[in-house]
Amino acid sequence: MVDIEHIAYDLILDEVAPGSKVLDLGCGDGTLLHKLQKEKQAVPYGVEISEDGVWHCVEKGLYCYQGDIDEGLADYKDNSFDYVILNQTLQITKRPSYVLNEMMRISKNAIVSFPNFGYYKTRLQLLVKGIMPKNILLPYEWYETPNIHLLTIQDFQNFCKKHEYPVKKETHFSLASAGRSSIIRTFPNIIAQYGFFVLDGERYTRPLSQ
Amino acid sequence: MDINTTTGKSVGIVETRKFTFESFTFRSGRTLGPVSLAYETYGTLNAQKNNAILLTHALSGSAHAAGYHSSDDKHPGWWDLYVGPGKPFDTDIYYIICSNVIGGCNGSTGPSSINPETGRPYGLDFPMVTIHDMVNCQWHLVRHLGIDRLLSIAGGSMGGMQALKWSIMYPDMVGSVISIATSASLSAQGIALNEVGRQAIMNDPNWNGGNYYGSKGPDAGLSLARMIGHITYLSEKHMHEKFGRRYKDEDPTITKFDNVFMVESYLHYQGTKFVDRFDANTYLYITKAIDYFDLKKDYGTLHNAFSSVKSNFLIISFTSDWLYPSSQSKEIVQALRANGKNVMYTDIETDMGHDTFLIDYEPLKRNITNFLKREYERVKS
Repeated sequence: MVDIEHIAYDLILDEVAPGSKVLDLGCGDGTLLHKLQKEKQAVPYGVEISEDGVWHCVEKGLYCYQGDIDEGLADYKDNSFDYVILNQTLQITKRPSYVLNEMMRISKNAIVSFPNFGYYKTRLQLLVKGIMPKNILLPYEWYETPNIHLLTIQDFQNFCKKHEYPVKKETHFSLASAGRSSIIRTFPNIIAQYGFFVLDGERYTRPLSQ
Repeated sequence: MDINTTTGKSVGIVETRKFTFESFTFRSGRTLGPVSLAYETYGTLNAQKNNAILLTHALSGSAHAAGYHSSDDKHPGWWDLYVGPGKPFDTDIYYIICSNVIGGCNGSTGPSSINPETGRPYGLDFPMVTIHDMVNCQWHLVRHLGIDRLLSIAGGSMGGMQALKWSIMYPDMVGSVISIATSASLSAQGIALNEVGRQAIMNDPNWNGGNYYGSKGPDAGLSLARMIGHITYLSEKHMHEKFGRRYKDEDPTITKFDNVFMVESYLHYQGTKFVDRFDANTYLYITKAIDYFDLKKDYGTLHNAFSSVKSNFLIISFTSDWLYPSSQSKEIVQALRANGKNVMYTDIETDMGHDTFLIDYEPLKRNITNFLKREYERVKS
């Protein structure tokens, strides 16, 4: 069984430059932020909806806000953070378009990773079995899933194009082993289990200065 | 790494002390002197003087936050559940200070104190008190105790207002703030309820324009004010669970207007008990101080209010608190975040209403314990 708790942590840790100011939207118990703090000397901030998650953050000494992800993003000034992370959470957000736009505004870099609905096993479940896909990526029954905005890698590429979000990097991946990602370069929209994007928020927020 | 905070010992027998300074100028411009603050301390100030925590009390609190005043004292201090060896405000680690606010009636100079100019109690001649004045007086005390910088300031309700105000007025002296169930400005509903309480006192013939010292005071009015207060401190759900429609007697006869329901009996008990320990004029002054507190008005916007603070914050609200609702804590958190300040916020699920911060509640204990532990680590490193 692959450890699905730490999806994309390795890629994110590789991406974040040392000493960065980082906001993790949907930070859970703060494990990723804590790692970034220890291994990358990051200055960590979090937003988390669950009481228990926030209390674990307090325990780790992480400054975390209990609330909806989209709550209060408007308070932050442009480019307040070096990185804003939305890891395996985009599909749960009520207003993905708003959240992404705020991420681009308040951060120099937006890291977005999500389960790819275009993954071939997911496609096959719908196509062959005719049922809503349920697998390691999407482990819920249709009637109890929190995933309300499922998308494919292709969808997100189209979205970025439409909104003119500059894409810095795409490293779509599948899970290799516990906490380890293996990057998929060929036909990622079919082969990769997860999409992974780094967007240039600074260039988006200040296009004239470029 | 769960910390069990349900255990912990008492600080034992404690003594209220008094700090007197020559004169104090209120925000209103009036100067009084000498002025005293009653205070208690628990634990030991370390050599680096970096383990001091100031507790700021709510409307009816006092300097007596923990422990007992004598060996046969049955009532511990108001935050005894949270203050002591092995408790969240761990007196084996921290040096804890708590003072009665200016205008109070438990040892600090207030309307029931003797005016040296007339030889009689001040009564309504006492200057209007604001949260600003409470903080400035505490500043004198903290400096008197030889402390340049507090590790933390913690308080609920009006205590939270003082803690926030401290961080704004003395940014270099406040390492962190624990603000529980508070607001940057009380709601219209809160002001309305305070006003009903004040009118209960002022309409009691024994109030006599505030000149009742030496004779029978406005006990009925003060008791009624307290009864109203107690309704606002509990949630509808908690009140229902605690009392329901239960009667005092199993088979009550239908009498005229005797109090027959448990909830009536509870409120009467709370009202009567309060009269023995609290001064009616202080109630008027302190509730007015709460009503006037308005960080938005004082600093233009809430964002401006927090622009120069240097503290780290733990902000806590309770889901069933309708007197200081969660939205008012969130507003504080958002203003702090917009200023780029370090803030932790949790909206703790509870049915107990506003008074949750005074009861034995594990989530609250756990978060205070962990927050202080991390803040102290930061200071030490």
